[in-house]
Amino acid sequence: MTPLEQYRALLTILYKEIHRFMRIWTQTLIPPAIMIMLYFVIFGTLIGKRIGQMGGFDYMQFMIPGLIMMSVISNSYSNVVSSFFGQKFARSIEELLITPLPHYLILLGWVLGGVARGLLVGAIVTIVSLWFYDLSVNNWTLSIFVVISTSILFSLGGFLNALFAESFDDISIIPTFIMQPLIYLGGVFYSIQLLPSFWQTVSLANPILYMINAFRYSILGASDLEALGFSINYAIFMIIGFIVLFASICLWFLNKGRGIRT
Amino acid sequence: MKALSISNLKKEYSGGLQALKGIDLEVNQGDFFALLGPNGAGKSTTIGVISSLVTKTSGQVKILDIDIDENHSLAKKKLGVVGQEVNFNQFEKVGDIIRNQAGYHGLSFKEARENAKYYMQKLDIWDKRNEQARKLSGGMKRRVMVAKALVNNPELLILDEPTAGVDIELRRSLWDFLTEINSEGTTIILTTHYLEEAERLCRNIAIIDSGEIVENTSMQELLTRLEEETFVFDLKNPLQTLPANLGYDAVLENPQKLKVTIGKGQGLNTIFEVLSNSGIQISSMRNDTGRLEELFMGLVDSNLNGGER
Repeated sequence: MTPLEQYRALLTILYKEIHRFMRIWTQTLIPPAIMIMLYFVIFGTLIGKRIGQMGGFDYMQFMIPGLIMMSVISNSYSNVVSSFFGQKFARSIEELLITPLPHYLILLGWVLGGVARGLLVGAIVTIVSLWFYDLSVNNWTLSIFVVISTSILFSLGGFLNALFAESFDDISIIPTFIMQPLIYLGGVFYSIQLLPSFWQTVSLANPILYMINAFRYSILGASDLEALGFSINYAIFMIIGFIVLFASICLWFLNKGRGIRT
Repeated sequence: MKALSISNLKKEYSGGLQALKGIDLEVNQGDFFALLGPNGAGKSTTIGVISSLVTKTSGQVKILDIDIDENHSLAKKKLGVVGQEVNFNQFEKVGDIIRNQAGYHGLSFKEARENAKYYMQKLDIWDKRNEQARKLSGGMKRRVMVAKALVNNPELLILDEPTAGVDIELRRSLWDFLTEINSEGTTIILTTHYLEEAERLCRNIAIIDSGEIVENTSMQELLTRLEEETFVFDLKNPLQTLPANLGYDAVLENPQKLKVTIGKGQGLNTIFEVLSNSGIQISSMRNDTGRLEELFMGLVDSNLNGGER
């Protein structure tokens, strides 16, 4: 395929993916907005006032970057895992496999679809949060970079999950038993400086902690990472490293035909 | 140039099942080729390998002289495949399904729209373009599959049982359409369980059984191997019993339908004469269908019984 043909094919996958999640917007866009609104009402307005300051900020202010990232992470992941597994299940993945499309383009198309949904939900959550708190952004470039790169990373994770999944149960195991605990323990609702030093050290093994804190830094200008002696560059390096690793693994398995060819 | 060239193709599934045991197959450009075989013979595996849905164990596949391993992308550009089962997102609109397929091949939006329109009109699904595919009948879904496979104007079209489970009207209209595109230059490879379909449409044939090609010849040559042939005579006047000493293997199916089997080399003139002398008047005559079926069963049975061909 020529570069122009590849570009057209990529746009087709992306269009199809965006069209898919927009068609079922009541399942894909509204629930995260409602959930985040409830978080703001319960943890922000009602409980947050009693908590007072967290990491040097109002609790609501502290929580907003974490909640935005939580939405971006879970929606990027779930978009790709459900869409790609759905195509495998319905055998409509064959539509793509019989075409001249190279594997990296299939991967890129789905990842961009996941990023599109992650960013759209992230934007909705940000708009909702502006109802509750007058938020200002410390570093726009960094915040856009972190949110996009995190979305790419979790879209890749969703793709890998979908490649290996053989039933609908398999696409809910990782989000339920691995991702949700890592997100909740990654400092969305609390500063890890509150933890005893042993649990602080354990928390540092959680990659999501770096993403949430890098984003929090980009919005608020401060985060747990610096307080614990890590620079934001370290977090960025980790995110990029994981993207390269996950993309390589996905491509390797795609080329091997894992989960898509017999 | 060969439209398809397969040499020593083997496929062994994990678990040890040898689906293909080193098959060789060549299909000429412009041909209408039948690939027949009983269930589990290896037809779909062969098509799966050609279309990259199945990973081969060894062997070589070339589409229009392009090796699918060496230039996967170019080889796929020449190919269109209609799978055995519905393989599109049934929640999408018919028009979107077909246009998207063109997009995956890298066609521009304008080309995709024009090609999709052309094939939807040709296959009588243009009126359904804005309907969700899941609302279509089984036959209509088959048409969507065919339109989808053709939207990139492939030079080689492979159809894996395209008329399975569709009504006779649709089957016939699909036959006419396939004959038309074949006459325009598209090479067609067809697998089917309806042997009269293969007999009617295809010029050349290969029969695969237990992962091996047991026959590969022209349809005409294969049919001339029949030792005997059955004709159906529709009678002008009802007949209650068969006349004695007719001299042919004849069966009166009902008072107005007589089936006569004649041996290879026996002319039809004599049978007309015999029937006429017996006072039997004929209003029409036709071949009994199932000539290919007899040969097919014979070949598959002999393969089962130790490879006598």
